[in-house]
Amino acid sequence: MRVLAALWRHPSGRIGATIIALYLMAALLGAVGITPHNALKQFPIDRLKAPSVNYLMGTDLLGRDTLSRLMLGIGQSFVVAFASVACATLAGTVIGLLAAWWGSLWDGILMRVMDVLLAFPAILLALLIIAIVGPGTFTSVAAIAIVYTPIFARVVRGPALSLKRRDFVDAARTFGSSQGYILTRHLLLNLVAPLTVQVTLALAWALLTEAGLSFLGLGTQPPAPSLGLMLSDSKNLMQHAPWLMLFPGLTIMLGILGFNLTGDALRDILDPRTERRTA
Amino acid sequence: MTALLSVRDLHVGFGRDPRANEVVKGVSFDLEAGRTLAIVGESGSGKSVTALSVNRLVDFGGGRITGGSITLQQDDGTRLDLAAADERMLRHIRGRDIGMIFQEPMTSLNPVHTVGRQIEEAFRLNRGLSGAEARNAAREALERVRIPDAASRLGYYPHQLSGGMRQRVMIAMALASSPRLLIADEPTTALDVTVQAQIMALLAELREETGMTMIFITHDIGLVAGIADRIMVMQQGVVVEQADTSQVLDHPQHDYTRHLLQSVPHFTSGRAARHDGQRTDSKPPLIAVDGLVVRFPVSKGLFHKPAAVHAVDGVDFDLVPGETLAIVGESGSGKSTTARAILGLVQKTRGAIHARAGRGVRPIQMVFQDPFASLNPRLKVESLLAEPAIANGQHKDAALRERMNFLLRRVGLPADALDRYPHQFSGGQRQRLCIARALMLNPEVVVLDEAVSALDVSVQARVLDLLIDLQRELGLAYIFISHDMAVVERIAHRIAVMYAGQIVEIGDAAAVLSDPQHGYTKRLIAAVPAIERRKQRFTLDATQVPSLVRPSGYEPPPARWREAGLDHRVREETA
Amino acid sequence: MNYVAQRLLTFPLILFGVSILVFVAIRLIPGDAITAMLGTEAGLLTPAQRASLAAYFGIDQPILTQYFRWAGGLFHGDLGISATYGRPVLAIILERFPLTLELALLSMVIALLTGVPLGVLAATRNERPSDLVVRMLAMLGQSTPSFVLGLLIIYVLSVYFGIVPTMGTFTPLTVDPLANLGQLIFPAITLGFAFAASVTRISRSAMLDVLSDDYIRTARSKGASQGSVVWQHALPNALIPVVTLSGVEFGYLLGGAVIVEQVFALPGLGRLVLDAISQRDYALVQGTVLFIALNFLVVNLIVDLLYVALDPRIRLGSN
Repeated sequence: MRVLAALWRHPSGRIGATIIALYLMAALLGAVGITPHNALKQFPIDRLKAPSVNYLMGTDLLGRDTLSRLMLGIGQSFVVAFASVACATLAGTVIGLLAAWWGSLWDGILMRVMDVLLAFPAILLALLIIAIVGPGTFTSVAAIAIVYTPIFARVVRGPALSLKRRDFVDAARTFGSSQGYILTRHLLLNLVAPLTVQVTLALAWALLTEAGLSFLGLGTQPPAPSLGLMLSDSKNLMQHAPWLMLFPGLTIMLGILGFNLTGDALRDILDPRTERRTA
Repeated sequence: MTALLSVRDLHVGFGRDPRANEVVKGVSFDLEAGRTLAIVGESGSGKSVTALSVNRLVDFGGGRITGGSITLQQDDGTRLDLAAADERMLRHIRGRDIGMIFQEPMTSLNPVHTVGRQIEEAFRLNRGLSGAEARNAAREALERVRIPDAASRLGYYPHQLSGGMRQRVMIAMALASSPRLLIADEPTTALDVTVQAQIMALLAELREETGMTMIFITHDIGLVAGIADRIMVMQQGVVVEQADTSQVLDHPQHDYTRHLLQSVPHFTSGRAARHDGQRTDSKPPLIAVDGLVVRFPVSKGLFHKPAAVHAVDGVDFDLVPGETLAIVGESGSGKSTTARAILGLVQKTRGAIHARAGRGVRPIQMVFQDPFASLNPRLKVESLLAEPAIANGQHKDAALRERMNFLLRRVGLPADALDRYPHQFSGGQRQRLCIARALMLNPEVVVLDEAVSALDVSVQARVLDLLIDLQRELGLAYIFISHDMAVVERIAHRIAVMYAGQIVEIGDAAAVLSDPQHGYTKRLIAAVPAIERRKQRFTLDATQVPSLVRPSGYEPPPARWREAGLDHRVREETA
Repeated sequence: MNYVAQRLLTFPLILFGVSILVFVAIRLIPGDAITAMLGTEAGLLTPAQRASLAAYFGIDQPILTQYFRWAGGLFHGDLGISATYGRPVLAIILERFPLTLELALLSMVIALLTGVPLGVLAATRNERPSDLVVRMLAMLGQSTPSFVLGLLIIYVLSVYFGIVPTMGTFTPLTVDPLANLGQLIFPAITLGFAFAASVTRISRSAMLDVLSDDYIRTARSKGASQGSVVWQHALPNALIPVVTLSGVEFGYLLGGAVIVEQVFALPGLGRLVLDAISQRDYALVQGTVLFIALNFLVVNLIVDLLYVALDPRIRLGSN
């Protein structure tokens, strides 16, 4: 599509897209089991080995290869991130669109409910949800989705409200077009641009939160590898085995960076306001 | 006598490679002290960029002067080339020697500073005044531009003032240091016609008082007929004609100038009104509006009584087949709201709209003002045209395509337009698309809400011709909403003049235009810039539009009408 | 006036919604309350002892009654008794609040003092090298999770400088300012880094928007200097989105800094919630979460009221 081509031409977009592509590849390879070593198998003899040709990123306390675990960890993070953002996008867009379209009373009710959810710092809300349902991958997805839904609702509602007042929507009403037609072809189609940007940024945030939750031990449970957990385990071994902290940390950072850069580039490409600024 | 301003072979470009993207391609002119030069052109002519280059404000918008000189004669007689001057020098010149007023008074004033502070700043920067001195000077400046109650207005914020008042503030600011040159960049384009007349009169008077030199940028050649000494016509970055005003207007040399003069609708006080399609009593009306009232509740907070905006306060008229009724008024008159109520886009508070069942499913369709906003940018033309039909049960079959092709041909667009997106068309072409779309359902009535107002003059003329042809061919009736009397004169059979939500005068077009009865109609007609009346001076007055917000339950006094001719009624004015 | 009234009216409404959410959420946490509190010893209780304990904690009443008792208690400042500590919940919260508050304030100060000037600088030098450097730094800051940065800082400090940040007990500002700051400065930098990155980006973006507005052109046409244009004309307009963002992030830090608190072992509100959840201390979880949400709402309200001060269009409405 034209957008992908434009993304490639954009300097930071190119970097962001490359990172995401690399990560996707690593995740896929990890998922099908093509890793340098078996990520779950423990080799106590080789524990706490510094990075070498054999173990490119060293090994941990139980002799597991860091690189292989990272690849699986990326896969975990991506699954959680994509799943949760997909849910949040769906729910948030529907709520935001309907709130804008129906207006007055329903708008008030729906947005107040969103406000209640937004009254909690994100992590806190996630903690509460995890406390109820118990830690795990599925819970992380649910928690992040619930936390992000009101943000999407807000992001959609604003532009939807101004789109509603545009002449081409009025024109559609004069023809007698059905509400469904107007909502999908006229409103939704024109919301794709801000939504795409927000989705990308949401993915960055989801990665960050998933890592954070895992760090606290509330995300993906062991023995499945997760980036946050690897980081939290490395805390006490920092002095002796810095590679156990550095590589997972860098991996998380780079992943978030990839999505942030891509999101920024997409915003530059899709947001008409930037035309004003180029001069 | 050496010129105050001398521009020689000016070239201005934008972007990374200004030389490759030139917008002004070799403009030269001389301007003598105390004279007024009007630079006239349509969009893309480079007129604004030329103006912004004189005080080098283009630099901040990404423009670069790539060639030529701009020589200004300073106070002490020395000459300075502004094109080559450095920023420090320019800052000194700006405001002090060269003042400027802009097109959009709303966005050209800082919303978080009071009006007083912004004017005082001009005095502070250019005349070294401060404190109480500056405040006094600011107050005097406001009085000079005829703003009532100047002392208290100093503490107002821009958003609390009307468009006309904001423009007066801008003028006060620009004239603070009595600059020798004033550049006016389309200062009245965004204003109502009567307000425009007031501002033009103000500028003319200030010019007489101070003897300042002026450059006036506009797209409306009729507007500057009364105020300019010389006219310079620009097209695509080049000057095509430049001479004294009477020369240009009476004996245009260049084709483009002639084209412009012809395209501008000339207001002839009813002489050019349409005489086809006169009213005969035999045709029953297609639309009859009876006592239409549209009010929007206004929430003024918990502690205030409920109020409402009386957008439309009792409107009656009817429309017969084949007729064009023009509804004329300025902002706040209620003309657009009336149109939207007829189409059901706005809820009417009271009153009846009788629409006779027509040949199609939806006999009334609408064409909107902004061709860029009335077409969904994400859909192809094919989907856009098909939507009305599909919404009413038709399928996307060959018959539908045939109809779309037919209409496209009829409005003068190529057949391959179906596969393109709106942004690939020009403003005039998009408006033709909108007309084609409105005709898809074979309506009897088309409501045109300022449908040509956003178009360039030459494009406007062609679209108007198309509309008249279509009306004759398809037997359409039009409700034509506009603020432009000259355009209305060309297309209307009957005219209704609206003011503050009510019709004040209605009747046959020629009658209303040649013999206006109501005070407002007279004011409106007097304000229309016309080349024929260029010798007429604009009279100065500062009447403001009344507020439309009334407390809940308020009813306007019942209307009393007076007959002034066969088809000419006037509302009696209340004292 | 209308704007302020509207905000003040919706505030209690949302607070009400929040209290219900918290109440219900706590009740949904699996596990019988008494067993959770006493652990295995709960099995040794006789039914009569269970009943009296249930009556004491009020968990034998219908849900609605429990809610109203709890909500009623809120007005007196009574958030119940913590099962883990055996003390009033409010007291425990108030012990920990100063640390969280101070940390949040320090982070915000760091963020604003670095972010706003950098953002303005980048905007005025748009597309030039300094702009690109600032943008890169800001991007990096936004992409670095706080715990990664925190760990990195601890690593660098301990390995290269031999400094081990004090952990565990908290020295209040009033008792020993130096020790207090020493303990909080690194967590504050950790949190402030990402915060500063956000502030930089929003300042830059807001300034760029404002600098291309028409009234800036008018100011220049009057002969205003670049400095005056940037600081007197542009910045007051650009501050509005910056204030919103800073307020929201500050509110977030008032209870959401749990991960950094974990990394630096600080006894703050975030960790309190975390521990309380794992200990099934319902009263404590309930009270703390509500307290945090209340703070967040209050901060948002203050931000909204600040708008009124900053933007005369909202203050005065249109005529």
